[in-house]
Amino acid sequence: MTATTPALPPQAVREARRRFLRSALFGSLAVGAALAGWLPIARRQALHLRPPGALAEDEFLASCIKCGQCVQVCPVEAIVLGDLGEGFGLGVPHIDGRAQACDFSCDAVQCVLACPTGALSHTLNKKEEVRMGLARLDKPDACLARQGLGFKGPARGAAFPGLHRYEEVDRWKPIPLADHPYEVELCDLCVRECPIKDAITLEPIGDDPADKRRTPVVHQPCVGCGMCEMICPTEPAAIVVDARAQWRAA
Amino acid sequence: MSLLQSLAVMFGREPTKPPASAYSEAAACLHEAKRANRRSAEERAEVNRQIHERHKVHTWRNRRWLTLLAVNLLFVVSFKFDVQLVEGALTASRVIGFHMADLNSTLQVTLAFKTILINLIIGSMTVLLMWLLLGGRSFCSWTCPYHLLAEMAEALHLKLAAKGLVNDHPLLRGTRTVLWLVFAVLAFATGYTVFETISPTGIVSRALIYGPGVALVVVAVLLVLEVVYTRRLWCRYLCPIGLTYGLVGAVSPLRIAYRPQACHHEGACRKICLVPHVLDCTKKGFAVDVHQGIGADCTRCGLCVDACPTGALKFEVKGLDRLL
Repeated sequence: MTATTPALPPQAVREARRRFLRSALFGSLAVGAALAGWLPIARRQALHLRPPGALAEDEFLASCIKCGQCVQVCPVEAIVLGDLGEGFGLGVPHIDGRAQACDFSCDAVQCVLACPTGALSHTLNKKEEVRMGLARLDKPDACLARQGLGFKGPARGAAFPGLHRYEEVDRWKPIPLADHPYEVELCDLCVRECPIKDAITLEPIGDDPADKRRTPVVHQPCVGCGMCEMICPTEPAAIVVDARAQWRAA
Repeated sequence: MSLLQSLAVMFGREPTKPPASAYSEAAACLHEAKRANRRSAEERAEVNRQIHERHKVHTWRNRRWLTLLAVNLLFVVSFKFDVQLVEGALTASRVIGFHMADLNSTLQVTLAFKTILINLIIGSMTVLLMWLLLGGRSFCSWTCPYHLLAEMAEALHLKLAAKGLVNDHPLLRGTRTVLWLVFAVLAFATGYTVFETISPTGIVSRALIYGPGVALVVVAVLLVLEVVYTRRLWCRYLCPIGLTYGLVGAVSPLRIAYRPQACHHEGACRKICLVPHVLDCTKKGFAVDVHQGIGADCTRCGLCVDACPTGALKFEVKGLDRLL
């Protein structure tokens, strides 16, 4: 190349312009596609149940490095990663309590220990300190206990793949719900399988001692793990967990 | 080539012929001698045949593909069979219990979360040191699973281009630098790790380990564009991860070295290279020294080493020959 740059031929000028436009177009597309991840966040109706120890939602999305180490350590494989529809939540872990609740099979909140960024807060030491949400009796009319009904058979049918650690079966190994049928005079599955002490109780409905109907009542210790939602034998579940809900004295 | 020039070219400046003052005495003599003794095409072909016996050499490519597959399969196998050798995904992991964190993911999380996280410092420093020794963008060609998919798309693109069915539509290489800055600013401004939403490295890595998802659509769109429109669109012109690791590789001792002595300047290396601007020194009369590294943006993929018929391009660990 000489010291004085000769004028470029028109074809080269055209190609340079096109190259610039292509660069601007693809660059904008990449940024636009990435920013479109905001839409599901902005339009979100209901929050996801996040694994134990998750920071406040915005902080959680910011600090999660999307590696799935929490997924790998969970003994009941309750944790799943968000897909493209989650936008910025792509690769961020959540729990679908109805499909597979966190039953604290691991005791020491393994997902929290696995998290490299503290998106699942390392300040947590035991399951009682977890606050994922709160259980709520969503469909009182469907609740078997409120109708005074018992329950017989596997809680969610023979084909349900969900796991639970039954202390009385094996202290360390979770087994399928399908392998653990029940036979109870009055359905108390949500209370029976709740991993947190005093989080939920069955209370009489009326003053009549002969009335065997009971209603599940959620108390302050509830951590929102979703176990009651998974075990509830009605379809859909009578009791559900409101993700991120905080306890308020009634 | 000086470090600053190498970085400038990586950021997007087009390489130019070095000024006369840039050449070392030995290089100037060599170019003079080469100009005086032109070899005929037949002579060059004979030399090529003697040095590069086999028609096609894929030594480094095969080693690299094996490594890339092994690394990614290690993640998959560790989870599937609960071996716990490499837990996590390429964005962050524990390797036999030690934290590792991808540099670009660490950057995104740190800017979005605005907190210094000790595990990420440990993890990213380990990774930084590792790629500082191993050549920066060697992460791209030796580890990134998207790179392998893109290589297949590129092979298809070249096949179709040879038949005249598609044309390459190059972009300005500076686009990647702009995107790197834009995504850094977006992470900081929005408080979300915006780039991770389209990062094909993260998407493919997680798909391999945790099962495929809709997010693979992003990868599919990129691959289709790379086949029909722009050769190596993502890795060459857009990917901010590549630039992050390129910065690490700028001073890395593991590099491809160029010795113009035997070179015929036929450009076989530049034709197959992902980042041919790093090979500008292989043009006739462009080498400023008789032995030089080829630049920060090089992914150390070794395709040029395989392609070079005269052995002018070789892997080297800088300074190792003097130590031994």
